Amino acid sequence: MSGLRVEELSVAYGGKVAVNGVSFTVAPGQTYGLVGESGCGKTTIGRAFGRQVARSGLITGGRIVVDDVDVLGLSPAALRRWRAEALAVVQQEASAALDPTMRIGTQLAQALRARGRDRAAARQEVPELLERVRLPDPAAIARRYPHQLSGGQQQRVVIAAALAARPRLLVLDEPTTGLDAAVEREILDLIGELRTELGAAVVLISHDLGLVGRLCDRVGVLYAGRLVEEGPAGKVLSDPAHPYPAALLASTPGLGRNRRTHPLTAIPGHPPAPGEQQDGCSFAPRCPLADDLCRSTVPTLSTAPDGSTAGLHLVRCHHPGQTAQAVSQPEPLPEPQSAASRSAESDRRPESAVSQPSPLPPDGGPLLEVRGLTRRYGKTVAVDGVDLVIRRGEVVGLVGESGSGKTTLARTVAGLGGRGPGTITLRGRPLHPSATRRAPEQRRAIQMVFQNPYSSLNPSHTIRTILTKAARSLGGPLDPAGLAHEAGLDAHVLDARPERLSGGQRQRAAIARAFAGVPDLVVCDEPVSALDVSVQAGVLRLLDDRQRASGTSYLFISHDLAVVGYLADRIAVMYRGQVVEQGPAEQVLHGPHHPYTAVLVGSHPPAPPGQGDGAGTGCRFAADCPSRVDGLCDTSVPPVRDLGQEHVVHCHLDPARLPHRAQGSTAP
Amino acid sequence: MRFLLRRLVAVPLTLLGVSVLVFVTTELVPGDVARTILGREASAESVARLRGQLGLERPLPARYADWLGGFVTGRWGESYTLRVPVRDLVLDRLSASMLLAALAFALLVPVAVTLGLVAGVNHDRPMDRLVSVTGLALGATPEFVTGVILLVVFAVRLRWFPASAKAPDGSSLLARLGHLALPAFSLVVLCTGYVARHVRAGAVTAIESPYASAAELRGLTRWQVVRRHVLRNSTISATSALGVQLQFLLGGLVTVELLFNHPGIGALLLSSAVDKDLPTLQATAMVLGLLYMLIVLAADVAFRLLDPRIRLGAAS
Repeated sequence: MSGLRVEELSVAYGGKVAVNGVSFTVAPGQTYGLVGESGCGKTTIGRAFGRQVARSGLITGGRIVVDDVDVLGLSPAALRRWRAEALAVVQQEASAALDPTMRIGTQLAQALRARGRDRAAARQEVPELLERVRLPDPAAIARRYPHQLSGGQQQRVVIAAALAARPRLLVLDEPTTGLDAAVEREILDLIGELRTELGAAVVLISHDLGLVGRLCDRVGVLYAGRLVEEGPAGKVLSDPAHPYPAALLASTPGLGRNRRTHPLTAIPGHPPAPGEQQDGCSFAPRCPLADDLCRSTVPTLSTAPDGSTAGLHLVRCHHPGQTAQAVSQPEPLPEPQSAASRSAESDRRPESAVSQPSPLPPDGGPLLEVRGLTRRYGKTVAVDGVDLVIRRGEVVGLVGESGSGKTTLARTVAGLGGRGPGTITLRGRPLHPSATRRAPEQRRAIQMVFQNPYSSLNPSHTIRTILTKAARSLGGPLDPAGLAHEAGLDAHVLDARPERLSGGQRQRAAIARAFAGVPDLVVCDEPVSALDVSVQAGVLRLLDDRQRASGTSYLFISHDLAVVGYLADRIAVMYRGQVVEQGPAEQVLHGPHHPYTAVLVGSHPPAPPGQGDGAGTGCRFAADCPSRVDGLCDTSVPPVRDLGQEHVVHCHLDPARLPHRAQGSTAP
Repeated sequence: MRFLLRRLVAVPLTLLGVSVLVFVTTELVPGDVARTILGREASAESVARLRGQLGLERPLPARYADWLGGFVTGRWGESYTLRVPVRDLVLDRLSASMLLAALAFALLVPVAVTLGLVAGVNHDRPMDRLVSVTGLALGATPEFVTGVILLVVFAVRLRWFPASAKAPDGSSLLARLGHLALPAFSLVVLCTGYVARHVRAGAVTAIESPYASAAELRGLTRWQVVRRHVLRNSTISATSALGVQLQFLLGGLVTVELLFNHPGIGALLLSSAVDKDLPTLQATAMVLGLLYMLIVLAADVAFRLLDPRIRLGAAS
């Protein structure tokens, strides 16, 4: 049989089972998605394809067969030959997958030579490879070093290196994680095209259910190293038979999901670590359907009871198909006490603040006003004449690609940016650009939650000390236990240092710290982008709960539109230092909206990359705009179009011609 | 290029600061120079006369100006104790030191890089432990111990190399290098562990990096991955360690020079300090200061050549 066949694959780390008897097949030209939270074995399986498990790891059983080649049985030399001829792997984090000290051309030539080309042929083929991944000016790209390329360009180069082979098996491990929405879409389009071109079996590993749903024919859901559900992607990701994928879907924000209408449900707890397996179904401790049978007997993988005609649909559950109950249950179950030391990870929120769907916030007066703000770093203008108003009790989302000035704007509001023209006022009183020169009352009023919870908490203090210090300097009540409780942290976490906390717990601690002085505005810079989706849901709900309970305003930044759309009442879209659109969240996301916003939400294909630098006198987006009017957009500054309800778009297009999202395309 | 120019301009300015420090500290050391030169029995008059001859009665700034002007124009004075021109003395010793340092360095780099790579590629395995522990142990052993062992084994027993570092006058370069072999070996033994440790750290990072595993997944052998990707990336991190070692090899040797009777600049620095031979001490310190700065500069240049991220700046 051609294609990929995985039979009863098992992998262990130091004797602890990480992948447990996984089987699936992928026909040539088909795409198979592997999904699950981190720690469920996705990446371990990805590495097993090339027989490259970590050093403490060992493939303990099973077979991987690609076009009748038994990969696990190959001798070292034959394995190398097979890797060179038949395998292509695109790893996550393209920037790390390229040698920083070698030119792109040299690296690609080496990849080609590894696949058997001679020196001259390799050199000749490099520009062709770069063209195949749609990179403009291949000769120039080939001369560059990795750090001189953008993230999207780096990922294209990594894909190009993978294409140097004529792979029979293409493994994509989180190929778009960390990329901006528009760039992600370009990469996905590219992968889609190449997939048909190659006719290889493709395995896509991702935590992003929407992405898997768009690209894959079939999906396998991994939990604690086992497949818990397997079937056609459309079926599994819309109507799963197992409670785990159902819970994952319920914890994933999608475009069109707002906290006021569709609150997320976090999955309580976390997947068991390898070797931590107890009796029965491994999902039972987190499952609202679990009964004594689930806790005592491991369910088998058997045909799902839905009579699906689209292909084999398997599920490992004693109560398959009862997922509706699992998801509709609004309050996650408490943690089992057995895992006392780790129960602190619980991403359940405090009982006191139950979020119910509620109408839009009351129309508060302006809290913070930014006028004509400009910030330069050397020759680059990071923020260019930005006006922004944040009202009391309102969540303003800020979106845009990396380098658009979002973070600079946020840091400037928080008093951590540099100096420059423009004013910021809080309740009508001007704010000094530097937080240290602001009045104590103004410092209390504006707090910040950072992207990386690993570096934003002082590692030498306990959580109690961190919260006490914050409360003391911000003049809040000295009640670290109360702050921790409000942030959904267990009391015993208080005396731990940050290094002992999980990512979700650290971010909760950072949020508790921000709320220590009862702030008026909390600036959140990508607060959930480093977190797993189920943990992310818990933190988003915490932010929602705290906002409702305190009436605090947020300036919320994320590159993930679904996340912003979930939390925000209003959205501002930044492009190259300017706000090109702002308005009510739903209208901005749905349209009619700015052509750039259309590219971000994916209703419009992006223009071919890199045609201009936006340095012209007209619209910054002109060079990359799919609806560009030549002779107008590139030469004159676009007018401000008022679409009503304070929804403004900076664009030359007539409001009637502005793009909008097609009906029914709500992800995932 | 602009980087190099900027750094080259900084060298004389820094050296000016060094000159103040060198002059003031050497002039302020306790004890009377004239008394030291003439000895305990000398009469007060002769000591006073010598002080006058040496210009020691004049104010410090004036003496500093004279000394600095003399140093810049190449008039480095005469050694108080050896009665020879300081410049010839220092440059002579310096060239001897440079020859030994060059030989030791040329042996050190390949040995330390190879051992560091071997340890890094096999990290946390017995091979790594062996290399790391041996390197550490040898680095902690005083030079006179390893030096004496090398002398006994290779010079006395096996008679492969001469015991003295001093080659007869008029020897060929090869013969002179042969005389320097044993001191160079003892220096390699001393320094290898330190440099190898830096190379090892870089090699571990590189071999565990996604680009190395990606290369392996393209069908390259371990050895090919090491040669193409790990070697360069691990030497980057060892560059500054190599610079520090080169500084030490050039000016920091005393024991090895004394043990093998090698007339180097380290021993000169020590003897001139002990003898209060101020002109020699000052000139030696200045020359070494200049060399140290040039080595740091060379290490930075090498660093930039090896790492394009620094050379070409961040992404536009």
